Amino acid sequence: MKNEYTLTIYTENQVGLLNRIAIMFSRRKINIDSLNTSPSEIDSIHRFNIVITETEETVRKIVRQIEKQVDVLKAYYNTNDKIIWQELALYKVPTAIVAEKIKVERLLRSYGARVVAITKDYTIFETTGQRAETDKLIEVLAPYGLIEFVRSARIAIIKDSKGFHEKLREFEDAEPVTPLTDDFISEEESNSTIV
Amino acid sequence: MQTETTTDKAVTTEIVTEISGSEAVLKALIAENVDTIFGYPGGAIMPIYDALYDFNDQLEHILVRHEQGGIHAGQGYARTSGKTGVVFATSGPGATNLVTGLADAMIDSTPLVCITGQVFAHLLGTDAFQETDVINITTPVTKWNYQITDANEIPAILAKAFYIAGSGRPGPVLIDITKNAQVQKFEYSGYTKCNHIRSYRPKPIIRKEYIRAAAEMINKSERPLVIFGQGVILGKAEQEFKQFIEKAGLPAAWTILGLSALPTDHPLNVGMLGMHGNYGPNVLTNECDVLIAVGMRFDDRVTGRLDRYAKQAKVIHLDIDPSEIDKNVKADVPVWGDCKESLPLITALLEKRNHQDWVSKFSTCMEKEVEAVIQNELHPTDEVMTMGEVIYQLNQLTNGDAVIVTDVGQHQMVACRYAKFNSSKSNVTSGGLGTMGFALPAAIGAKYGAPERQVVAVIGDGGVQMTIQELGTIMQNNIDVRILILNNRFLGMVRQWQQLFNEKRYSFVDIESPDFVAVANGYRIAGNSISKREDLKDALATMLNHKGAYLLEVFVGKENNVFPMVPQGCGVSEIRLK
Ligand SMILES: Cc1ncc(C[n+]2csc(CCOP(=O)(O)OP(=O)(O)O)c2C)c(N)n1
Repeated sequence: MKNEYTLTIYTENQVGLLNRIAIMFSRRKINIDSLNTSPSEIDSIHRFNIVITETEETVRKIVRQIEKQVDVLKAYYNTNDKIIWQELALYKVPTAIVAEKIKVERLLRSYGARVVAITKDYTIFETTGQRAETDKLIEVLAPYGLIEFVRSARIAIIKDSKGFHEKLREFEDAEPVTPLTDDFISEEESNSTIV
Repeated sequence: MQTETTTDKAVTTEIVTEISGSEAVLKALIAENVDTIFGYPGGAIMPIYDALYDFNDQLEHILVRHEQGGIHAGQGYARTSGKTGVVFATSGPGATNLVTGLADAMIDSTPLVCITGQVFAHLLGTDAFQETDVINITTPVTKWNYQITDANEIPAILAKAFYIAGSGRPGPVLIDITKNAQVQKFEYSGYTKCNHIRSYRPKPIIRKEYIRAAAEMINKSERPLVIFGQGVILGKAEQEFKQFIEKAGLPAAWTILGLSALPTDHPLNVGMLGMHGNYGPNVLTNECDVLIAVGMRFDDRVTGRLDRYAKQAKVIHLDIDPSEIDKNVKADVPVWGDCKESLPLITALLEKRNHQDWVSKFSTCMEKEVEAVIQNELHPTDEVMTMGEVIYQLNQLTNGDAVIVTDVGQHQMVACRYAKFNSSKSNVTSGGLGTMGFALPAAIGAKYGAPERQVVAVIGDGGVQMTIQELGTIMQNNIDVRILILNNRFLGMVRQWQQLFNEKRYSFVDIESPDFVAVANGYRIAGNSISKREDLKDALATMLNHKGAYLLEVFVGKENNVFPMVPQGCGVSEIRLK
């Protein structure tokens, strides 16, 4: 069964690595729903969040292939219940409508939208949330003339993760002494996690 | 470069001097014990070639005739020497000509460091003359690649390149160096080998619990079958492997890349796996109770249809690459790690056994195969020669001591099936990619990798025409290789499929060849061509005894087929004997 999975990938900050990771998906004709790269909790280490909809088996295999890449330190995959995730959305609507129709103003507020810019022609609102919410807001704004809409990639934090600090110390040891085990890469498959 | 690497302090550090990037490249090669480079010059790599002029006494450069030839030679060198092959090419077309070899080395885990020249850094992205985006073209077919635009990076990046290419599961690395970095002078403070990269775990740690589980499973097994691949050779674990199978009396079958890791006449060597493998190992894969895979990756040419593959068996999978575990066949016991370390740990826990009855089943199968296929192939009564009898006669003369390099097609399958091997690293073939044109240049490299050994390239009349220009390399450098063309006047393997599966609709498999002996002679290489059985022995002996390179063409049956065969889409039990 296909499911939405969020990958969290810790990497070196290397030119070309984005391509190396992206072709893992395109080679298998898998569509990337969302991709974000950003700094991580550790200076010099990058963090990718990639969202795909696939079976767990496919995801597991891809994650292993990704982790095999020389400049990748570690890759995890999680279902939505194991992560806290957010996306940012921006909406541009005509200022006239917002001013005229009190309903629109209220609507936006009920969705937690925040004004980030106002000119006499347009107003830009921002919401932070999950896709279903932002999608809903577009739907209700559409009749009032939504000029522009953009949504960011998903960023996610794994609920059970202790962050990468400790792991990095193990990685920096030239001769690791204990197998590195992961408890949150996959619940069912703790016997086949990658060291 | 923000990647952090730790390095081996023990290696020489020289006093700081100013040298060019090109010199730094060559110093790196020397520090890595490189003795041979296969390459082809051009504009963007000229500074390195200029520096090479002064390093001629320390580095032997072989000028090939085509960069594809260069990289296949590098592969052949790596396979017989166990070292990393080094290849030079210029930018643009020089670099793109490497792609087939990179893909081949990637899928067959061959350690290579390829160095390509690139246009000046300030011209990157401008469609400059001979500029190609080599890094992005080669990303899917390299274990790692990197573009150097500043000479200061050269020592550390090359140290990384050699470490990555040769460690863990080996593979090809490509380093693209812009021309400005090649000419740039910088303060050189010596070369330090790399032995750790924090983001790279070449060897997963062996887990004791799986060692115990594996040993227990093998001890309880009544019908164990070991299947082994190139991992045994790459891990230099031939001895450890032998002790493992001998202690518990485990019959062992090989993939074509595992071939020669275990001597052909070892009593527990039960033959070849897969599409054109032996009858016994294929059908008995579906009868064993425990399947122990060592350093192999369950390629579809080995497994046939997966849902009919070893369903009854418990699977133990030893591999250094964790991403291979469960990729194609689910493992009950995954033993990650270098088999040189994991095998002895398992062996220590094994009970001494000999599975006589079970092993004898393989002999029974072999008798059946001899009768149906092998007898006729090795000792035909027909007038036309078979590929099998040529290999058989070759065995008689080499005693199994030669390195055999094969191309791709029927002759490859026949050579792998019937060639005799006494020692490891003796079989060089393009397994995963199946690259026609591989053998001639790979044989050149194989000879440089093992100069004391006899090297025989077995090639089809089709494949030899893909890289025949490398006869020029052989001529110029007096490379002592034997070229045995098995000429069936067809693209034989494709013709066989068309006969069996496309109702003999022979679509573009009828291939005409030049007078190969005349071509060889044109390159000042001696040769002979025969089509009669009574000439075979002498012709082969002449080929082997000749001083220097020699080409022998043997005309064999036009429409002979390779059997047994597991047709594509069938399970291994459905193997056909005719
Ligand atoms: C570069 C390349 N192109 C095409 C193929 C497909 N192919 C596989 S075997 C084969 C026929 C090989 O013919 P030949 O070299 O005469 O050897 P034979 O099978 O007759 O021994 C072909 C065309 C290939 N493996 N490699």
